Amino acid sequence: MNNGITGADPSSGSTAIVIGHGDFAAGIVSAVDVICGFGSRFVPLTNRNLAPEAIEALVRSNCERTGARVIFTDLPGGSATVAARRATRGADGFTVVSGVSVAVLLAWAMHAGTPSEAAAFAVERGRAGLAVIGAPGAD
Amino acid sequence: MPIEFYRIDDRLIHGQVVVGWGQPLGLGFIVLVDDEVAASDWEQDLYRMGVPPGMQVFFESVAEAGMAARRHDADPRRGMLLTRDIATMARLLESSGRTARVTVGGLHHRPGRTARLRYVFLTPEEEQELRDLASSGATVTAQDLPSTRPVPLADFLNREKSA
Repeated sequence: MNNGITGADPSSGSTAIVIGHGDFAAGIVSAVDVICGFGSRFVPLTNRNLAPEAIEALVRSNCERTGARVIFTDLPGGSATVAARRATRGADGFTVVSGVSVAVLLAWAMHAGTPSEAAAFAVERGRAGLAVIGAPGAD
Repeated sequence: MPIEFYRIDDRLIHGQVVVGWGQPLGLGFIVLVDDEVAASDWEQDLYRMGVPPGMQVFFESVAEAGMAARRHDADPRRGMLLTRDIATMARLLESSGRTARVTVGGLHHRPGRTARLRYVFLTPEEEQELRDLASSGATVTAQDLPSTRPVPLADFLNREKSA
């Protein structure tokens, strides 16, 4: 797969929503900003204290406000993911990615393809970034 | 064994339920009782995604749950029954004739609701629904996670959490 990075100017790219529990989204976006400077590509949201329909409304309004077509969530099957799926149900061009990590957001921010292409690439990068280091019995 | 955990949580199946309760308590199954979810494959798919391997989920309407109660009682695994609101739990217990220990696990902010705990917001009508539930024989407490202290109904109804 073409990594789409060479020659790209990721700072001119589109915006994505990041939503999760507590301060997860703000924290992970801050980490991305420290590492690559493109934290402004992400809109961090929290589901703290919100009823399910309010989480859905929050996602929907921020997608409308920013034009975001990719939504990253913290936990597969969590209330943020449920809300993201409800908010985008029946609408074309949206991608929801659950179980997001710093590696996933970095890969998305640095990719020059379309938001959904970048999301698919980022998920692969995220999976590849998972490693157990120093496992018992390993050399 | 009879279902041990009866929980009211407006987020239904979510991280706190499957991880915060499910793993420490070794839950084998969840019964999600909701007429709307029971009638929709899409809704069931949404919630099924949150259930880890090794934990089974049953989607039942209130009527179905009443009929399925004995089958769940015969299940040797530990189970949790979930409803999204007080009214559904009340209908279920009334129709089944059972009393239960009901946990209010999450009723989040909505217009008209007042915060009673960090995770429990209630309208006056909902407060009365909880009182009625208790009067019918249910033991009602609020508890977000197993590691936190259950708060008796009288305690959290008399408490107004400061903003």
